[in-house]
Amino acid sequence: MSNFTKKQVADLVKGSLDWDTLHMMLSMPKDKERYANYMSVLQDQVSWDDKIIMAFGPHLFLAETSADKSLVTKCSCGHDFGDYRTNWKLNALVYVRDDEEKMSQVYPTLMAPDTSWQVYREYYCPSCGVMHDIEAPTPWYPVIHDFQPDIPALFDWLDLPVPVNA
Amino acid sequence: MTIQEKFNGDNTRPASLLKSGLTLNDHRNLILKRTEETGFYNGLEQLEFKENDPIGYERIFSKLRAGLVNSREVAKKIAASPIVEQEGELCFTLYNAAGDCIATSTGIIIHVGTMGAAIKYMIQNNWEANPGINPGDMFTNNDCQIGNVHPCDIATIVPVFHEGTLIGWVGGVTHVIDVGAVGPGSMSNGQVQRFGDGVQITCRKTGVNDTPLRDWLHESQRNVRTPKYWILDEKTRIAGCHMIRDLVEETVREEGLEAYEKFATEVIEDGRRGLVSRIKAMTIPGKIKTVAFVDVPYAHEDVAVPSPFAKVDTIMHAPCEITIKPDASWRLDFEGCSRWGWHTYNANPVAFTSGIWVMMTQSLVPTERINDGARYATEFRLPKGTWTNPDDRRTAHADAWHFLVSSWSSLWRGVSRTYFGRGYLEEVNAGNSNPCNWLQGGGINQEGEIHAVNSFETAACGTGACAVKDGLNHAAAIWNPEGDMGDIEIWELAEPLLYMGRTIKTNTGGYGKYRGGLGFETLRMVWGSADWTMFFMGNGYMNSDWGMMGGYPAATGYRFEAHNTGLLERIQEGKSLPLGKDRDPSECELEKHLSDDALVKRDKQCITTEAIFENGDLYLNYLRGGPGFGDPLERDIAGVENDLNQNFVLPEFAEKIYGVVISQDKDNTWCIDAQKTQARRAAIRKERIARGTPTRQWMETERQRILDKEASVQVQQMFASSFYLSASFLNEFKAFWDLPDSWELLEESLGTPMFGAKHHMDLSELPDVHPVIMTEQ
Ligand SMILES: [Zn+2]
Repeated sequence: MSNFTKKQVADLVKGSLDWDTLHMMLSMPKDKERYANYMSVLQDQVSWDDKIIMAFGPHLFLAETSADKSLVTKCSCGHDFGDYRTNWKLNALVYVRDDEEKMSQVYPTLMAPDTSWQVYREYYCPSCGVMHDIEAPTPWYPVIHDFQPDIPALFDWLDLPVPVNA
Repeated sequence: MTIQEKFNGDNTRPASLLKSGLTLNDHRNLILKRTEETGFYNGLEQLEFKENDPIGYERIFSKLRAGLVNSREVAKKIAASPIVEQEGELCFTLYNAAGDCIATSTGIIIHVGTMGAAIKYMIQNNWEANPGINPGDMFTNNDCQIGNVHPCDIATIVPVFHEGTLIGWVGGVTHVIDVGAVGPGSMSNGQVQRFGDGVQITCRKTGVNDTPLRDWLHESQRNVRTPKYWILDEKTRIAGCHMIRDLVEETVREEGLEAYEKFATEVIEDGRRGLVSRIKAMTIPGKIKTVAFVDVPYAHEDVAVPSPFAKVDTIMHAPCEITIKPDASWRLDFEGCSRWGWHTYNANPVAFTSGIWVMMTQSLVPTERINDGARYATEFRLPKGTWTNPDDRRTAHADAWHFLVSSWSSLWRGVSRTYFGRGYLEEVNAGNSNPCNWLQGGGINQEGEIHAVNSFETAACGTGACAVKDGLNHAAAIWNPEGDMGDIEIWELAEPLLYMGRTIKTNTGGYGKYRGGLGFETLRMVWGSADWTMFFMGNGYMNSDWGMMGGYPAATGYRFEAHNTGLLERIQEGKSLPLGKDRDPSECELEKHLSDDALVKRDKQCITTEAIFENGDLYLNYLRGGPGFGDPLERDIAGVENDLNQNFVLPEFAEKIYGVVISQDKDNTWCIDAQKTQARRAAIRKERIARGTPTRQWMETERQRILDKEASVQVQQMFASSFYLSASFLNEFKAFWDLPDSWELLEESLGTPMFGAKHHMDLSELPDVHPVIMTEQ
C-alpha cells in the first residue's frame, strides 16, 4: 500500500498533481490515511471552524459544528444548508432551464435538450452563487436526494470514533 | 448475501458428466445452496489452495488469463468484419462446470455474464439429457430471452472435458454485422418485436467432433445479409474457444486435475472477497439515489414501424437506489423503472447486470480478476415488467444499448459521490457518454453484394470528466474499454461511404471545472452503391448523461442528412465541397456547399428508420461527448484558452458558461484577460443569485403544474407507466409533491395506445422452459 503526503493530496484536490503520482494513486491499493489528509486539506481551504467530516462536492461539505456538534451541510463560503439528513437542495436556489431561450444560453441550436422532454435544474448557493449541482430530469421530477451517508458505518470502516450526533 | 436463483429443472437423468455422479443441475444447485448457507462461494470459508500454495495458485491464474487474452488477439485476426478486427468487439471467457466465470479475456466483457447465463440455461434445462453434451460439441446462442444483450452478439460455447468428465466451458462471442433483422445492420430499428429482431438461436448444438454441422452452416448463412463476415466470425469464435480448451487441458496435465478444480472454485470466492474489500476501501456506506432517462421519439414521420401501437413518443426512466451496507456488500434496486416497449431498446436482466461489471472493472474492481465472484457480492433488483426485465416474450432487443448506456451513466455518478466524499478523487467519473450515433444501413454495396453496415466509430466517444482532469476526447465507449474509432481506409472498404471529413466535434463535451471529453464527427458521402439505405440511432431530444457536482451534461445529438446534393456535379466542376466540419449547427455550414434544391434534414430526430440514399447523398455521423464535473466558473483559464484555440468550445459559450473575457490577436489566437475574467465570474455568481428561486418556492409552482397535468404526453406516459408498475414510486412522488390522496395519473387518460401495458405473456409460460433467474424481481 502506498502512502501519500498531505501536500500530494492537496495537489490532487487542486488538480495539479503530477501524472506519475496520480497514476500510482489509481493503480495501487487505496491508502486508508487519505481520509485524514483530505479532511485536513479541505479544512485549510475554508475560513470557518466547524469540522469537515466528508465532502459532498468541491464546495459542499458535511461538517460537525463547533457550537453543538450537530452535523450540517455547509458551503465553502460558510452558508449553512441545515441538518445533513435533509436534502440540501431544498435549501438552495434553483434556476430551471425549461424553455428554448434558456437552453440556448448553454448550448448551440440543436445541441440542447427539447424542454418538453427534459429540463436543466441548476442549484446555487444563496450566499456565494457557486453552482453545486445540475439535475437534468423530465419536468415534474422530484428533487433528488443524491446521497445519504451512513456515518457510523463509515467511521467504523475508518477505525475512527463516530461523531456524537451521527 | 442473498442467492436469488431459482432451483428448477426436470429429473430426466442421463449418465453423469461429473465425477461426483451428480447431474449438472444438482451440482450447480449444491453450490448455490452452500453459498446461500455460508455467505461464501460454495461454502469456501478458507481459500485452502491459495493460502497453502499461493505460487501454484497464481501460476494457474496467470497462465489462464494470459491464454485468454492471447487467444482473443490471435482469433481476432481471422475475422474480416471491421467490427471485430478493428474495434475488438469480441471476448473469450472460461467457466467452471457449474457455469460460473473463472477468468476472462479483454474486450466486450459484458459477455462474461451473458455466456454464463446461456451455460446455466443449458444446465437448468437438462441439455445433458437432450441434446447431450459431449467432447467436441459446440453450442451457439444469441437468444435475448436467455440473457444476451442483443441478437448480433453471437456466442459459441464449447464444453471442456478431462478423461470423460466435464470440467468446464469456454465461451467466445463476436458482435456480427447483421443478423437478418427487419432493418439492416447489427443494432437496427424498425422492427418492434422479437419476430423482426433477426435470427435467434437458443443454445443450439451447432457442432460435433469439433466440426460445425452442415445444416447449421446452410441455414445460418442464408438468414443474414452478410454471410462472408458471418462465416469468418464463427471461425474466429471456434478458433479462440479451441485454443483456450487446449490451454485448460495443458494446465490440467501440468498442475493436476485436483489443483485445477480447486482453483476453478476458489478463484470465484476470491473474486467475491475482492469486490467486498474494494467497496470497503474506496466507498462510503449509505444510500445513493440517482436516475436516468433517454428519448424514444417514435411519433415522427421518419420512423416507419410495422405496428401502429408503436408510433408513440416515450421516455426510458431508470431510477436507482444504491445501498452500500456496513458489511461492504451492496444492493442496486431499480424500483420505479418504466415499462418495456415496442422498440428495440429492451434489456434482459442478465444484460443489465453484466454490463454493470464492465463499468466496475474501470473503477471499483480495476483488476484482471473480474469473474462471477463479484456477482455473488451484489444484490440486484430489477422489477418484472420494466424495460430491465420484460414480462413479455415478444420484446425486441437489437439496440438494448440505447437504454443500457443511458441508465448506467447515472451509476458512475452515484458511486463516484462516495469516492469523492472520502478523498479518492482520482476514481471519480461524471459518467459515460451515450455512445452513438449508430450509422447503419444496407442494400447493394460497392462490390455489387447484399450488404449491411454498422459503423463502430461509436467505440470512440468522449469520456466523462474526472474530479481531477478533463474527460478524454473521442476515446472510448462504455461497452468496450479497449475501443477504437477504426481506420478511415478500412471503413471505406467496408462501406460504400467516402469520408468528406473526420474532425473533432466542437462544443460537445459537458462544461465544468473539468469538462467532458469531446466527441467527433464524420461526414460520409454515399459512393459506388447500387441500392442503399441508412438510418440514425441515438439520443436527440434528451441527454442520457448528466454532469456531476456542478458540471453540465454533454451536448445532445442532432441529425443532418442531405439528398439531391449536386455534389457529383460540384466535384466535376471543381466547386467547393462540404468537408465535414459542422462547427456550429446554427450556421448550416454544410449546406453552403450543396445545390440550391438539395433536400436537407437538420433536426433533433436522432432515431429514424431506413431512408433511401443515392450516390452523392450525405450523412453526418456525430459521435457524442461526455459529461462535465464541477462549476464551470472554476475552470482554469489556460484550459478555456486551449479549448478556444483547439475549437473545443464556441467563443459564445466560453463567455457565457466559463465567464471568460476574450479577444483574438492578429493571427486569430484567442487570449483571455485574467483580471477581467475574475470580475466577470464574480458578476455571474451574483447573476445566479438574482435569477435563482428558493427551491421550496419553485416547488410550489411545479406542484401546481402537476395538479394541472401540464406536461407533454411523453413525460406523462413515462410517469404513468412507472406508477402502474410501482406503488412505492407513486407514493414517493405523491409525498414529495404533497399531492392529495385522490391524485392519480393513468395511462388510459393520455389517449395513446397501451398494447402490452396490461396484457402480456412471459417466456416462463412456454412448455418445459425454466428460465434462469439471477436477480430479485
Ligand atoms: Zn456558498
